[in-house]
Amino acid sequence: MKYLDEFRARGPAEALIEKIQARNTDRPNFMEVCGTHTVAILKSGIKERLRGKINLISGPGCPVCVTSSQDVDKAISVAGIDGAILTTFGDMIRVPGTSSSLEKERAEGRDIRVIYSTMDAVAMAEKNPSKSVVLLAVGFETTTPTIAYAVSLAYERKLSNFFILSLNKLIPPAMSALLEMGEINLHGFICPGHVSTIIGPDPYRFISRDYGIPCVIAGFEATDILQAILMLLSHQEGAESRVMIQYKRSVTENGNPAALGLVDEVFERNDARWRGIGIIPESGLKLREKYKKYDVEDRFDIPQGTDHEPSDCICGRILRGISQPGDCKLFGKRCHPDHPIGPCMVSSEGTCAAHYFYGREER
Amino acid sequence: MKDTDKVLLAHGGGGGLSYQLIKDLILPAFEQHPILKELDDAARVSVKNGRLAFSTDSFVVKPMFFPGGDIGKLALCGTINDLAMVGAKPMYISVAFIIEEGLSLKTLGKVIESMEKVARLTGVQVVTGDTKVVEKGSLDQLFINTAGIGSIDDDLDISSSNAKVGDNIIMSGTIGDHGIAVLSQREGFEFQGNLLSDCAPLNHLVSRMTEKTKNIHVLRDPTRGGVASALNEIALQSGVEILLKEAKIPIKEEVRAACEMLGLDPLHIPSEGRLVAFVSEEDAGSVIETMREDPLGKDASIVGQVVSQGNSRVLLETIIGAKRILTLPKGELLPRIC
Repeated sequence: MKYLDEFRARGPAEALIEKIQARNTDRPNFMEVCGTHTVAILKSGIKERLRGKINLISGPGCPVCVTSSQDVDKAISVAGIDGAILTTFGDMIRVPGTSSSLEKERAEGRDIRVIYSTMDAVAMAEKNPSKSVVLLAVGFETTTPTIAYAVSLAYERKLSNFFILSLNKLIPPAMSALLEMGEINLHGFICPGHVSTIIGPDPYRFISRDYGIPCVIAGFEATDILQAILMLLSHQEGAESRVMIQYKRSVTENGNPAALGLVDEVFERNDARWRGIGIIPESGLKLREKYKKYDVEDRFDIPQGTDHEPSDCICGRILRGISQPGDCKLFGKRCHPDHPIGPCMVSSEGTCAAHYFYGREER
Repeated sequence: MKDTDKVLLAHGGGGGLSYQLIKDLILPAFEQHPILKELDDAARVSVKNGRLAFSTDSFVVKPMFFPGGDIGKLALCGTINDLAMVGAKPMYISVAFIIEEGLSLKTLGKVIESMEKVARLTGVQVVTGDTKVVEKGSLDQLFINTAGIGSIDDDLDISSSNAKVGDNIIMSGTIGDHGIAVLSQREGFEFQGNLLSDCAPLNHLVSRMTEKTKNIHVLRDPTRGGVASALNEIALQSGVEILLKEAKIPIKEEVRAACEMLGLDPLHIPSEGRLVAFVSEEDAGSVIETMREDPLGKDASIVGQVVSQGNSRVLLETIIGAKRILTLPKGELLPRIC
């Protein structure tokens, strides 16, 4: 198939693996920031084939996983507002808050609906004028333009019963936060292909410039990732630190200006809380003054709550790249995809779920 | 049918309308099924001495009509295939309809027509049935249960607990066509394409295979949970480790593309007209040859092997040559797919 099989074929992948194996490496730590990469690396078997040669570390790149329990509690409060319909992407339904989850609240009779597109939420608001339709806005730079579009559409159509709970987050500030914490010694970032299709390479430049860490924006097939690893290794051998694009069939130097323009029109940056990391300055998005009336927290009184992590769960350490799922005593036992305790086991792109389904840990 | 074109509660009431439904809609369709026409409380059937296979399944697929089939075809194929998967020749089948009040009789007629077509094709006799009607809103249009009986030749021993070290694993054709074809019709998922469900009766294909060799140890149709579930269950029941080669698994482009878009794994997607066979190594070649002579087995190929005894698991050799454990899909991946 065009754009799939070519990147999955055995021959080219094998050739890249041989090239990587031939390098004299000091087992460098490369972090894949994005959950889709985590899944691809485990599912294709790249992690296993490069074991002992390259240390691939999963980062905080799953928007579901990094949503704090405090924010999940807020979403639960929103669902409790009289006459509210809370709309959400499916993965958020099962994420545990402090004492409940949207799934449990739905079973209790709250009107919580899974949508596939943000447009579904706008359509629902138009169809149900007596209800307050709230979109649970979760996602990184890839998803944010679709949320901005929904808000701009609500504005255009003068809807007064459409709101969002903005939990959107930005990837580059999280990367620098990890480096600032100093817990982890990284030699390269594999940057997310989808996010970068929107934002382009520029937002990562400060990472290679200020921290001297090379970044490669990679696609999601086995050969994409292997090629990205090879590009990072090339840097190791003396090349100047910079941001490189491997995923050229999707990512351009300028990103997607139309999408970026729309996001900038609707949102401005604010500080945001990340599960396992804490508050990261300028890493979240809130609605600009013009669109503020669509902010559910502006319209209704939503309790702020406090953050709380389940005991024994090490999702925070896993999201920071300093622990592996196998290090967690709950992994595969009390915490399981059918009854997840931590968020990394809930989302299909969470590091724990990916290791559970595609890793080789004993369960 | 003279008075209304919709199914009424009274059609299930046992009175005049019930009789009319059977007489006007069901019996004419099953003209070639003499035992059904006796309309006794139970069908009286003859079987030769020996072992019988007996199976039942219920069908709730949504939407009822999908590219390449409908709930009627599926309901017959499902039970026929379950019987065939233990090497049985399907003989008699029962059909029970649970109908939502208000379903159009024309729709019901179309479903019955496609059931008759499968019966004709497979030589299976529909011998008994039942019709219930429930108030509007109690169920979604139409659910069907079928149960079937088949006879098993004495020299066959086909069971999921029978996989043996060294067995070659043969896949009869591309995987996941049914699941993706049905999904493509769902609200919120609509995507264009020419993909048809693989829904088909496998009894003739199985007959060819069992005529060729008696060394077929396991047969399984990878329905709910797909190939991943089928192989994991076999590994567990037989107490063996299975090695599956990703590169060898036949998958249609459309299925691969849809899975890619929706974040699904083709190994988890159900088929309704495919089988996996565990065949002793020395017979695998001739079995594949004979399978390929049948339209339903034309893409048959070896996808893996039973590698050892004792460790019940399925290993997947990925395209880039790494091995990972192939796990069961989780929970309600694709509700109402069959």
